[in-house]
Amino acid sequence: MTAPRSASASPASADWSAASSQDATASPASKTNVANHDTALGEIRPPLPPRPTTLSLLNDETAARNVGLQAEATTAVSHAEIETLAPEPSGSTYSALAVRNLSDGLKAKASLSHLASARGSETADSASIRSSIQNSDPGDVEVLFKDFAPTVPDNHMDTKSLLHYPECAADDIGEIEFAEEFEPVGELDETAANEDLLLQRWKSKRKHFLIISAAGKPIWTRHGDGGLISTYVGVVQTIISFYEDSNDHLRSFTAGDTKFVILTRGPLYLVAISRMLENDNQLRLQLEALYMQILSTLTLPSLTHLFSVRPSTDLKRPLQGSETLLSSLADSFTRGSPSTLLSALESLKLRKVHRQAINNALLKTKSKNLLYGLVVAGGRLVSVVRPKKHSLHPGDLQLIFNMIFEADGIKAGGGESWVPVCLPGFNSSGYLYMYVSFLKLSADTDDHEDIVKDESVAVVLISPAKESFYEMQGMRDSLVEQMEKNGSMQVVAASIDQGRPATTDIVPGTVLHHFMYKSRANVQFTMSEYSPEFKSIARKRRLMSAYNNIHSSIHAKNSQIKVHYCVSKSASTFAWVTPIFELYCVAEPNANRKALIQGASRIAQWAQREEERLFIVGGAVSGSDSSSESTTGRIDDSTGLLKPKKSSGCINLITDLLRDASRSNYPQAFVWMSLAPPEISKHLDNDNAAGPILKGQTCGERVTTSLSETQ
Amino acid sequence: MSDTAGGNAPKPSSSVKLVLLGEAAVGKSSLVLRFVNNDFQENKEPTIGAAFLTQKCTLPTRTIKFEIWDTAGQERFASLAPMYYRNAQAALVVYDVTKPSSLTKAKHWVAELQRQASPGIVIALVGNKLDLTNDGGESAGGSRSTPLEHGSGEAEDEEEEEEANDVGGGELPDSGDARKVSTREASSYAEEEGLLFFETSAKLGTNVVDVFTAIANAIPESSLKTGRGTAGAGQTSLGNRSTEDARVNLGDRNAATAKEGCAC
Repeated sequence: MTAPRSASASPASADWSAASSQDATASPASKTNVANHDTALGEIRPPLPPRPTTLSLLNDETAARNVGLQAEATTAVSHAEIETLAPEPSGSTYSALAVRNLSDGLKAKASLSHLASARGSETADSASIRSSIQNSDPGDVEVLFKDFAPTVPDNHMDTKSLLHYPECAADDIGEIEFAEEFEPVGELDETAANEDLLLQRWKSKRKHFLIISAAGKPIWTRHGDGGLISTYVGVVQTIISFYEDSNDHLRSFTAGDTKFVILTRGPLYLVAISRMLENDNQLRLQLEALYMQILSTLTLPSLTHLFSVRPSTDLKRPLQGSETLLSSLADSFTRGSPSTLLSALESLKLRKVHRQAINNALLKTKSKNLLYGLVVAGGRLVSVVRPKKHSLHPGDLQLIFNMIFEADGIKAGGGESWVPVCLPGFNSSGYLYMYVSFLKLSADTDDHEDIVKDESVAVVLISPAKESFYEMQGMRDSLVEQMEKNGSMQVVAASIDQGRPATTDIVPGTVLHHFMYKSRANVQFTMSEYSPEFKSIARKRRLMSAYNNIHSSIHAKNSQIKVHYCVSKSASTFAWVTPIFELYCVAEPNANRKALIQGASRIAQWAQREEERLFIVGGAVSGSDSSSESTTGRIDDSTGLLKPKKSSGCINLITDLLRDASRSNYPQAFVWMSLAPPEISKHLDNDNAAGPILKGQTCGERVTTSLSETQ
Repeated sequence: MSDTAGGNAPKPSSSVKLVLLGEAAVGKSSLVLRFVNNDFQENKEPTIGAAFLTQKCTLPTRTIKFEIWDTAGQERFASLAPMYYRNAQAALVVYDVTKPSSLTKAKHWVAELQRQASPGIVIALVGNKLDLTNDGGESAGGSRSTPLEHGSGEAEDEEEEEEANDVGGGELPDSGDARKVSTREASSYAEEEGLLFFETSAKLGTNVVDVFTAIANAIPESSLKTGRGTAGAGQTSLGNRSTEDARVNLGDRNAATAKEGCAC
């Protein structure tokens, strides 16, 4: 037992040394102490595997199921840390807490759940942030920043320290475990002898989606079939209808670290059960998307009709064949979907003239029955042609992209497809017909070769006319001809090859590791490259959890926070919301705050400067006065959700100020922060999910200073 | 197979519109994938809507370019089927040899085709998933050739007579292995209806190309000429009108051909 114990203790304490330097309001003495401890460990321990998930954390996770295992591996960890911290006479409530736990004899479990994850805590979101922050009083935060900022230069942590710790317990898994999340639980054998095993597998899934009818019939479940989990479906249905009966709609509840969110849509109950770091609204958006997928398959009138004729209708049959679409949608949510989180689309970065050339090709070849024409590169929009009076709903496009790029139904078929599809955002009452054809970008790739998802380019032509397949095929042919003639094919291929920019490409030497920038008016977003840091699905999941967390804080109900800075053990995250854009970035947990904010500011500047390359502004508009329209038209103005929130009083005034400021000059936007400390701090107080935030006066001053240095 | 080739001196290329019909998950797309790409995927996801693919098939005397409509088998797409089988010169009605209900469904499709598709349409009944049965791909080749000969001879001639025939679900014998539909049952049904008949395995590739070759051979020469016209018009047509016209023409000429054939 000694060997595994020491191996597991080592990584945890190594990381802890970094974490503790922020958590505990470390006096110099404590820092030295920690460092010594670390070095000592470093000498005797073998080099660590580069895996982000530490052994000890893994053990803790499995301990959720197997109690015996846990104590062995983790006691050593927490014990070592407590030793380090215990002698500190500092006012840190944290170390005090740790000691208290130790004395309670709950040392392993209690302290570790604070340290590593929020397993068992009722508030899975932001719990890891709370664990480091909640207990320190606000005054400490400032000291804390001062203290760890200078440590950055001689910081030995490599990039792996970013998001080394998971943001929530469910993220605390390795690649293989996370891949298992998507594996089927398997079929019941004839004697149902494997039922226990299957149920155990089913329960180990971190995220579930269920769709049931109001009459209690299971319609679709992401994991496990109706027969296996019928009892659970029954329980869920009972709970929901209990509230429905008293006309009190149940929206969500929490059990342990698991969140249940319920969306009632007509005769359907959609339920999300998640152990991941997501809030109610984020889960609700995902359920909305699943509901839209059902509408897309059936249309609203036929769905209503089916249930009005027979409330006990089994919807499984009419939905047959579309389960894979629901599943791939659900899986993209489990992996983390920036598009759903931000309710926006991503476009392929192209020079304005190049995009214009493709727009023109679309307009030139547009055939009579075309409603929407899209060129899409691996889920990123390249160009759009649309009628003057209609814009595209991001939710509809998400369904289309899911169908084309995520689910294999269309792509695996090879050749061209003709698909009846209802776009509920456009019109939920009828079908449109969608022509899909994948393009060969380079001549040397074989016709039948598997194309990587991100690299496949599809022409999508949507028509209201059922019989217009050959017409659309003709349009595709001439569009491709045009695009080949004017060199657009190479341009698109080159842009795909180039990929997304890394943060350091935009701001050399920045501390930021990843960002997402949403242009609110265009309802589009752009982001930096995942690879190499976040390429694996488990790493990407952690990144998305960090984003989920900060997104949920800054968009918390009734809070009108504009800037949110959050340090957790695993990462520093920063969100900045203006009427023009939303910017979210992630940096190492001990990143210099000034540098972080400078980086964020530069990225915002970059994105505004490159707006017409990063986003499709208007797209090609078919109609007589298209020229005037395309300058003013937006891809989507119709979703109220995406419009800037109505603000009141002081904030209103400030946002106006900010709007003007941010258009031209970013530093002024920060100056605004120092203008409105009371307002901001008031909101901060309301926002109970918030971690450490740039607060009031101090933060305003700091930021302003930092920016004046930049200038 | 040279019987249908006639006296055609050059090696002309013509297009044939072919539609695949059948219950969901019987392996329609897998058959096409095997024919077009010589590939097979386990657990292929269901087709959504319909997929359009092309593949050339070279016969001794001519080249046939198949324009294949691979339709989704789900019930809710059934109403779209006429769009695909209208003016098709050939149809593959597919069932699953391990699933009796799929043969029943296939019979319904055959009946619908005989009622509503172009009169000259060549229909092949295909029992897929032969790899799941005991005889696998081994003995399949021999036993299949006989019904094929019957079918190809009668296909064109019997079409009109069969139109009014209502096809009921036959009895479905149950043998030991995964096979639930006997070769005899299906082949005698195919013979009655004047269909080409094959049992295939898309997974192993058994008989797949043979099905398409047999169809290519079974398509009457005269129909091919119009077929080329139809396909050409179809590809470049901008709207329903020309497609409709083509359909009518095709029907008329096919009917004429069939009668001539009888007279000879």
